[in-house]
Amino acid sequence: MLGRGILRGLMETWRNFQGSYYDPARLTTVQYPEEKLPPLENARTIPFLIYDGEDPLAGLRCTACSICAVECPAHCIEIVKDTAKKPDYLGRMQFHPKVFNIDMAVCMECGICAEVCPFDSIKMDRVFELSRDGRRMVLQMRDLAKPNHYFRQIHPTEAAAVDAARAEEQRKAQAKKAASSVPAAS
Amino acid sequence: MIAPPPELQNDLLEIAMGPHHPSTHGVFRMNVVLDGETVVKLTPVFGYLHRNHEKIAEKNSYLASIPYTDRLDYICSMTNNWAYVLSVEKLAGLAVPERAEYIRVIVGELTRLQNHACLAGFLLQDMGALGTPLMYAFREREKILDLFESLSGSRMMCNYLRFSGCRCDLPDGWLEQALEVATGFDSFLDQFEALLTENEILRARSEGVGVLPPGLAVNAGVTGPGLRASGVNYDIRKVDQYGIYNRFKFRVPLGERGDVFDRYMVRILEMRESLKILDQALHDIPAGPVLDPKVRLRNLRPKPGEAYGRIESPKGELGFYLISDGGPAPYRYRVRPPSLVNLTVLEEMCLGHTIADVVIILGSVDIVLGEVDR
Amino acid sequence: MQTPEQIKDRILAAVPGAHLEVIPNASPANQPSLLLDPGRAREIATFLRDDPELRFDYASNVTGVDWPEKVVKEKVTVRKIIGGVEQEAAELVERRIPGFLEAVYHLFSMALGHGPLVLRLRTRNRTDSVALPSLTPIWRSCEFQEREVFDLFGITFIGHPDLRRLLMWENFADHPMRKDYVPAADQEAKP
Repeated sequence: MLGRGILRGLMETWRNFQGSYYDPARLTTVQYPEEKLPPLENARTIPFLIYDGEDPLAGLRCTACSICAVECPAHCIEIVKDTAKKPDYLGRMQFHPKVFNIDMAVCMECGICAEVCPFDSIKMDRVFELSRDGRRMVLQMRDLAKPNHYFRQIHPTEAAAVDAARAEEQRKAQAKKAASSVPAAS
Repeated sequence: MIAPPPELQNDLLEIAMGPHHPSTHGVFRMNVVLDGETVVKLTPVFGYLHRNHEKIAEKNSYLASIPYTDRLDYICSMTNNWAYVLSVEKLAGLAVPERAEYIRVIVGELTRLQNHACLAGFLLQDMGALGTPLMYAFREREKILDLFESLSGSRMMCNYLRFSGCRCDLPDGWLEQALEVATGFDSFLDQFEALLTENEILRARSEGVGVLPPGLAVNAGVTGPGLRASGVNYDIRKVDQYGIYNRFKFRVPLGERGDVFDRYMVRILEMRESLKILDQALHDIPAGPVLDPKVRLRNLRPKPGEAYGRIESPKGELGFYLISDGGPAPYRYRVRPPSLVNLTVLEEMCLGHTIADVVIILGSVDIVLGEVDR
Repeated sequence: MQTPEQIKDRILAAVPGAHLEVIPNASPANQPSLLLDPGRAREIATFLRDDPELRFDYASNVTGVDWPEKVVKEKVTVRKIIGGVEQEAAELVERRIPGFLEAVYHLFSMALGHGPLVLRLRTRNRTDSVALPSLTPIWRSCEFQEREVFDLFGITFIGHPDLRRLLMWENFADHPMRKDYVPAADQEAKP
């Protein structure tokens, strides 16, 4: 019968149409921004710097090693080292950055900077509502610094692993210090 | 019908189906010479999306080129990554752990599914179906993109594969979710075929249109579903058996006439075969590491030499030709784009058809300008 | 598939007088290439496509490579007169290896399922003698890719049906993928 194919197709469309009133598989529209889908845990957008403690700039984990700046495919990270050294969480003296800029207009959100950082100090954020007035797209250190509990909130699995590894290293460093400070048996 | 007066008989109209066009799948221009409504000559013009990816790769390290490969064929980022990583592994002689090979097959076939679903939707939109099949296809595609986002962090620019493995292991519950998506896709395909395959309008507009004879297809270097729709049995997954494809049982659908309908039907059948591969891979995946810890990712300097690695991407043969001179960046980095070579015979396929058919024929070739222009 | 050495012997049997050379490939990929002389390249390509045992009917990839001039310092022993006595001494000598452009073809066989065979064609230099025969009449898949090599490297393909620029615009004057290309001052975007 001529038209049978079209009729079959129309039956499909009818099923979708009436299903869109009650069937959750057919109800796909999310009324953004009143309704928002919950973000997935592993989602990544722009990078941010982690700080421990209360002071954003003094507690930054970054030691200005510039590995992220070298590996960045888009060459959007600019780091200037500050020659005064500060102790890190293990007590070792490290440099810290005087200037740390990321040009968000150039950043392609690939995550390679977070992957290669040896100090777990730059990680990927999940925010995507980034539009703003004006053209300031270069984020500086104070814009990038976010506390560790924020990292635990947005990426719980990854933060738990990072915190556990750091705690383990701290414990080992304490044990080594305690063993070396015990005086020799007299 | 009254014949036009002699002075208007030879009036040919040359128009540019220009880069700003809703149906050209990107910034792509075709200079079409028309006699009335029939195409007499067609010249494609490229270069509107040229981003000199090859020159950038000569200055960046091997690791830094991986996010750039996502952006070549921006719909199928996982298979682009795979082709590049395969070529570097050939160049440097790296081995891949087994779990990583299974993950590559799983994400590769998921990419093929969502690409072919996209293509069927866009082809129907070009025919005038105004979005209904496209939106149904996109609804399924969203589930696959959610899988990619929970695995790699990003829906389309995945940047997930690394030399000798994958960037990170599968999160908990991912395999179950993927199995659910694969099972749901089967019933989606049944509904999709019920909507479209017997539709009289689709058949009338696509049967006999844009015929590509097999001899010309082979000589012109057409690969992928377009080649198989013309009847040539050449699927790189079966010929080269890269990765672990020799462990999976699947068939290669072939067409008979090489017209637009055959290209559409071959893609639908390929989606069903991909579901079979997915099913086998999701059940057989072993435990183990996903990355070889001895391979340097950051400062990889393969010994001097060259390699050409290729895979069967959803669009055709995607190959990477790399020449290394021992330094941190490749000396020559070349992308062999399937979409560009598939366009060689666009003119032959369109001659004699009307301009409405040109849109459909271009849609059935399945190009993505990010790949054509790099 | 036969090794490049065996293929070279078959070609020499069918196209006598051609100059062929097997260029080894040091990487683990084990894909050595055949260097053809441009004068007989068309005949060799036709033979490769039509020979019943080889049947290379599919040219998959055509690309260009730029090899600029290299200056190599070598230690050479010469006989020199030092302090009135003739003796052997080591001397650092500079040798210029001239630059050339190269077109590389990767061939596969769809009929027999083997490949890749890598062919190389070299120009004489990078400045005025940059013509090579086009293999588009034999494999249509070279059409757009040879245009791209012409556009980005500057190799002129003789016999190509429509040699125009592919990716850059028509009035563009330089060849961007050459190693000594410097973008014009108004094209550099600084972050």
